[in-house]
Amino acid sequence: MGKRYETVIGLEVHVELATKTKIFCGCPAAFGGAPNTHVCPVCTGMPGTLPVLNKKVLEYAVAVGLAANCKISEYCKFDRKNYFYPDNPQNYQISQLYLPICTDGGVEIETEAGKKTVGIHEIHMEEDAGKLIHDEWEDCSLVDYNRSGVPLLEIVSRPDMRNAEEVIAYLEKLRMMIQYLGASDCKLQEGSMRADVNLSVREEGAEKYGTRTEMKNLNSFRAIRRAIEGERERQMELLEAGGRVIQETRRWDDNKGESYAMRSKEDAKDYRYFPDPDLPPIVIDKAWLEEMKKAQPEFRPEKIKRYQKEYDIPDYDIEIITASKRMADIFEETVERCGQPKKVSNWLMVETLRLLKENGMEPEDIRFSPENLAKLIKMTDAKEINSSVAKEVFEAMFDRNADPEKYVEEQGLKTVNDESALREAVEKVIAGNPKSVEDYRNGKEKAIGFLVGQTMKEMKGKADPGEVNKLLREWLQEMKE
Amino acid sequence: MENRINDEMIEHIGILAKLELSAKEREQAKEDMGKMLGYIDKMEELDTSGIEPLSHAFGIRNVFREDEEANGNMREDVLKNAPEEKDGMFLVPRTFEG
Ligand SMILES: [Zn+2]
Repeated sequence: MGKRYETVIGLEVHVELATKTKIFCGCPAAFGGAPNTHVCPVCTGMPGTLPVLNKKVLEYAVAVGLAANCKISEYCKFDRKNYFYPDNPQNYQISQLYLPICTDGGVEIETEAGKKTVGIHEIHMEEDAGKLIHDEWEDCSLVDYNRSGVPLLEIVSRPDMRNAEEVIAYLEKLRMMIQYLGASDCKLQEGSMRADVNLSVREEGAEKYGTRTEMKNLNSFRAIRRAIEGERERQMELLEAGGRVIQETRRWDDNKGESYAMRSKEDAKDYRYFPDPDLPPIVIDKAWLEEMKKAQPEFRPEKIKRYQKEYDIPDYDIEIITASKRMADIFEETVERCGQPKKVSNWLMVETLRLLKENGMEPEDIRFSPENLAKLIKMTDAKEINSSVAKEVFEAMFDRNADPEKYVEEQGLKTVNDESALREAVEKVIAGNPKSVEDYRNGKEKAIGFLVGQTMKEMKGKADPGEVNKLLREWLQEMKE
Repeated sequence: MENRINDEMIEHIGILAKLELSAKEREQAKEDMGKMLGYIDKMEELDTSGIEPLSHAFGIRNVFREDEEANGNMREDVLKNAPEEKDGMFLVPRTFEG
């Protein structure tokens, strides 16, 4: 390929807000539920109903806007975006086009290439649509309106990204920020965070942007990366062959690793927006804005500083723990119950991260409670269980938030502090392994490890290895004399 | 005045509104919509510079509800308005995803 191309990427990110109820009615916004059990006349678009804005949606929108360094509009309103589709019972989606709640912000991202700011064009509030299920049997479609009216924020970036690394860094930054605010759990797989990628290529040094396409249906960071690389290739090949890129919406098929154009005639983007006459405008005065600014939580940079002052743990641990609000919450709540920040941090940094990785989970999916982690730490400190038993208990906690006290009781894992039982085991092991005993006495220090292991086995793992080690040494010493 | 609503535009509006019009209906719609535009043109003669567009008729603002669940399960009532239903869902003509 002779020419060198630059990729230009902008993102439209939809985030489902973690409110209890929908944006314009009192139906629960919680995920799940049997079809059409979270619906009412408002969110099914019945004539004569009146939408009323959920105040929490506005507060979350402002909080996200402030965190993303946006201007908060003093005056904003809702508009109707008109289109016909059965997942949209009103035949319009209530959104914001003319006066969105937040504008002109930006977040700093960091990749291997260094730091840069990705501009945010605007953030607006809108409602989600229902879900369509195709019924093969009847060759019809079935509609469930449980998701209809669930509040969304759409965060529209400027075309400031140049490669997949920057896109992923930007998404990770947004996700962390929004999770810190508690505004959404931002799970790509479950659709509580969705990213549409607008991508174009242009010859390096060109001033004008090329024609862009919009890519939908990206459900993981991996899919986003592959789609960006695939679309960049596709557009470059088109241009190299003397063709041109058509502005269109494409759907990514992650199984096939390719995208295809969505039909365009019916999708003619003519939404005929107009102000929604059912919803009065929103005016945010200085006093209210100040109040909302004050209510902003502690973000990661401040948290890192506080941890460095308050807890005696390595900076590396702080870096990892504060990268997830959920991790940081578990850390703080556990330390509050049992002290010992370093031990709490170790459980999070080693076992928790290992199990999350093995199970393909995110910190947001953690099930064990700080209460139970604190209990486990107290039990190991009191030598009620040894460290290998503690690991087993932790796995049960990780799996189903098992209560460590009950689990140890039920499984009979308590360390045996019965001196005579331990002596008996030691005696048996020494008698049964004359070779190792001989080796130890000839100065082979390693042989003690084998004997400790055998004694632990004899005790079915329920002894304190330190105690066993001590006892064995005493015993062997006595034999010498 | 010349009617700016031409055949092409009526065709486009028809697609957006999911309406199929007969030749006669199309002519009627063209005429009606042309009249509407004429009416709007009349208003455009007024000087509205410096006047903020009106976004709500009552001059009210900041009407909110608290984030509290107010609705129970209304499935049965809501489904009474479904053209057809199946498995607790609205049954509609087949749609293509994507
Ligand atoms: Zn509802």
